[in-house]
Amino acid sequence: MAQAFFGGVHPNDRKAATRAKAIEPLPAPAEVVIPMSMHIGAPCKPLVAKGDQVKLGQRIGEPGGFVSAPIHASVSGTVTAVEPRPSSMGGTVLSVVIANDFQNTLSDEIRPVADPDSLTAEELTEIVKNAGIVGQGGATFPTHVKISSAMGKADYIIINAAECEPYITGDHRTMLERPEQVIKGAMLLAKCFGVDKVYLGIEANKQDAADVLNAQIAALNAPVVVEVLHTRYPQGAEKQLCQAVSGRQVPSGKLPADAGCCIFNLNTTCAIYRAVYEGMPVVSKIVTVSGSGVIEPKNLECPIGTPVANLFDACGGLREDTYKLIMGGPMMGLAQYTADVPVGKGTGCMLAFAGDEERYEPEPQCIRCGKCVGVCPIRLEPVFMYKYLAKGDWENFRDRLHGMDCIECGACTYICPARLPLTHAFRMGKQQVNNARMAAIALAEAEKAQEAKKEA
Amino acid sequence: MTEYKELKLIASSSPHIRSDEDTRSIMLDVIIALLPALLMSVYRFGNWNFRALTVTAFSAGCCVLWEWLYRKLMKKSNMIGDLSAVVTGMLLALVCPVTVPYWMIAVGSFFSIVVVKQLYGGIGCNFLNPALAGRAVLVAAYAGPMTRWLAPEASYPVLGSADLVTAATPLAILKEGGADAFAALTQTYTAGDLFLGRIGGSLGETSALMLLLGGAYLLVRKVISWHIPAAYIGTVALVSLLAAPAGVDPWQYVTYQLFAGGLLLGAIFMATDYATSPVTKPGQLVFGAGCGLLTCFIRHFGSYPEGVCYSILIMNCTTWLLDKYIRPVIYGAPKKEKKEAAAK
Repeated sequence: MAQAFFGGVHPNDRKAATRAKAIEPLPAPAEVVIPMSMHIGAPCKPLVAKGDQVKLGQRIGEPGGFVSAPIHASVSGTVTAVEPRPSSMGGTVLSVVIANDFQNTLSDEIRPVADPDSLTAEELTEIVKNAGIVGQGGATFPTHVKISSAMGKADYIIINAAECEPYITGDHRTMLERPEQVIKGAMLLAKCFGVDKVYLGIEANKQDAADVLNAQIAALNAPVVVEVLHTRYPQGAEKQLCQAVSGRQVPSGKLPADAGCCIFNLNTTCAIYRAVYEGMPVVSKIVTVSGSGVIEPKNLECPIGTPVANLFDACGGLREDTYKLIMGGPMMGLAQYTADVPVGKGTGCMLAFAGDEERYEPEPQCIRCGKCVGVCPIRLEPVFMYKYLAKGDWENFRDRLHGMDCIECGACTYICPARLPLTHAFRMGKQQVNNARMAAIALAEAEKAQEAKKEA
Repeated sequence: MTEYKELKLIASSSPHIRSDEDTRSIMLDVIIALLPALLMSVYRFGNWNFRALTVTAFSAGCCVLWEWLYRKLMKKSNMIGDLSAVVTGMLLALVCPVTVPYWMIAVGSFFSIVVVKQLYGGIGCNFLNPALAGRAVLVAAYAGPMTRWLAPEASYPVLGSADLVTAATPLAILKEGGADAFAALTQTYTAGDLFLGRIGGSLGETSALMLLLGGAYLLVRKVISWHIPAAYIGTVALVSLLAAPAGVDPWQYVTYQLFAGGLLLGAIFMATDYATSPVTKPGQLVFGAGCGLLTCFIRHFGSYPEGVCYSILIMNCTTWLLDKYIRPVIYGAPKKEKKEAAAK
C-alpha cells in the first residue's frame, strides 16, 4: 500500500474540463520556433543556417556540453532565421525558425532499433542521448545524464504519472490511449537498470488509467507495479513521490539516486519508447490547453516549437479579459508576457486565466495561523523563513530554517489566508544565498591569484 | 481570432491559484461560531431583554472604532475590513459579566486593541490574546463590577442599572472545597444546567453545549485544529480526576471542572488564537497542556476561583520559546540531526 508524504494541499483539480478530451493532433503550424535551450545545462549550437532545407527529425542543435541534449527539427521545411526569440523562461534565446513545407519528409536519421529486447544499458543510454530526451514533466534535466548518474546506485525505479497539478490531463490521456508505449517504455527502463520491478505512481483520481495500465501489464506480462497514491499536491514532486512509493527520503541537498531511487516522468518514458521502437527523437509534445480564458479546452499534440498562440487558436481563441498565460500548471508554471513563446520539451500545459480570479493582496499581514507549516511537504517553517527574509537575514534562512531545501512547490502560498508571497520570497532568498556563495568563491580565487602573484 | 498583442498580461511568480480562505473569511467563521453561545446568553440572562446582545455589539463596535482611529492617526492603512477587531470585541464582551457598565467595555477594548494589538504592529504581531488582556486589565482595575455575577434568568435592563440579583458561580462554590460544598453545588446546579447555561458566570461562558457547537463548526471549517483544545481540556480532565477531593465521585467532579467555568470558551476560542499560540502541532500540544496545568493550579491553589484567563495569558508569553525549540524535523534530514532532534 502506498504511503503518504508530509503535508500537501488539495486544490480544486479542475481536470474535468479536459479529462474526457482525446488527444488531437494540432493542425500543422506554418512556422515553428525551436529554441536551442530546452533543457537544464549548456545550450545547443545550431547546426543549420538561414536558407537550409531540413527534414523532420533531423538534428539541428548539437549538445553544448555533457549536461545537454541535442535538438531536432519538428517539421520539414526551410530555415528562415537563426536568431534570438522570446523564451518561456523570460528574455530571449537563440532559436531556429523553420517555415513548414507541410510535407513531413522524414529524415534518414530516423531508424527504429532492429531488436529492442537485446539492447544493453549503454546502447539504450546512447539512444536516449541521441533522441534528445529530457525530463519532460517540466524539469527538463537531460535523461541520459540521469540514467548514467543513477546507474549502479538506484534499485528503485519509479515512473511519475501522478500529474498532481490542477488542470493537466495530458499524462492521463496518454495512459488511456497509449498504454503500450507507457508499459514498454517502463520495461526498457527495467532492463536498463536490471531491476525486477518498475513502480508507476499514479494519483487516485485516475483510477481508470490505472485499470487500463494493469490490463496492459497483464497482457505483456510486464514487471511493472502500478501504485495508486492519494490525490494530493505535490504528489508528483520528485522527493515526495520517492517518499510515497518507496518509503525512502532523499537526503537533504542530495538527489533521489542517493536514496537508491530514480524517477522518470511518464512522458519521458513514452519518449524512450518512441526513440527505441520508432526511432523518433523528441519532436512533438502533448499539451493540455485549459483555464478560464480558453473557449474550448483541449489536449493537443503539437510539434516542438509551435507558438502557443497557435494552440489557443486551435481551442477557439481566448476570452478578451484574459489576464494571465501560464506555461505549466497553476502551482509551479511560468507566467508568460507574450503568446509568441514556443512549446518546448518541458511544456505539458498552457493555461489562460480570465476574469477577476487573481487574488492579490497589496499589503499582506501574516496572522501566524501556521497553516504553511502544516502543508509544507519538506516540513519547513515558511512563516519564519518569510520573516527572516523580510529582514534580509538570508543566513538564518539558510542555516537555521533550511531554506535551501525548499522545493518551491507553492503549497504554503496556496494555503496562506493572508496571501503572503511566500514562494516568491523563498526564490529570491535562495538566489541571495547562491549569489553570496558565488561571491565567496570569487573572493577566494582572487585572493589565491594575488598570493600567487606575490610569490612570483 | 484573438488579438494576442492586445491582452494585458500579468507575469507574476507561481503559484497562480490561491485557496478561497482568507483572513476575513476566517474571522467571519469565528464570529459565526460564537453566535450560538451569544444567543443562549441573550436567552438566559434576563429572558430576552437583550443586554447580552447590546453589550457584545457595543464591545465589537468599540474595538472597530479604536482600530480605525489608531490606524488613521498613525497614518497606517485601514485594516478593519479583516474583521479581526470584531472578533476581539465579541470575545471581550463574552468574558465579562452581563452587568458590566458600557464605559468599562470602552476602556477594556481600548487596552485590547490599541495597547495589546496595534502598538505591537497590528494583526498577527501581538504576543498576548487581546480580549483576555483587556479582561485582565478590567478585573485588576474594577474588581467589584467585573466579578458580580447575575443570577441566571434574573433580569437586567439594557440601559442604566438595577438592583442585582447575584449568584455565586459554580467554581466559586467549588473553591470552598470539600465534599460538602460539592454536594451543595450538585444540588444547586445539575449537569444539564451547565450544558444549557442555567448558571451564573461571564456573558458567553455559561452554556457548554453552545460552545461545543461553535467549536465543532470551527473544526469542520478547519479554522482551528484539535490540538490545543484537546490538550487543554484533556489536561484539566486528567488533573481533576486525580485531584478530586475525598468523598466525591471523581467523574462528576471532572464534569463540573470542565463545564462550569470559562474552560470551553478559553480552550476553543482563546487559546487557539493564531498570533499567540505556537505554529507547529507538537508545540500546540505542549501549549494546550501548559494552559491546562496552570488552570488547575490556579483553581486549586490560587486566590481566584477561575484560572483560564491567566493561564492562557501566561502560556501566550511562552509561545516564542515553544516555537524556538519545538520544530519539525525536515524531510531528508541527516541521520545525526534526526537523533539530536529526537533527544530534545
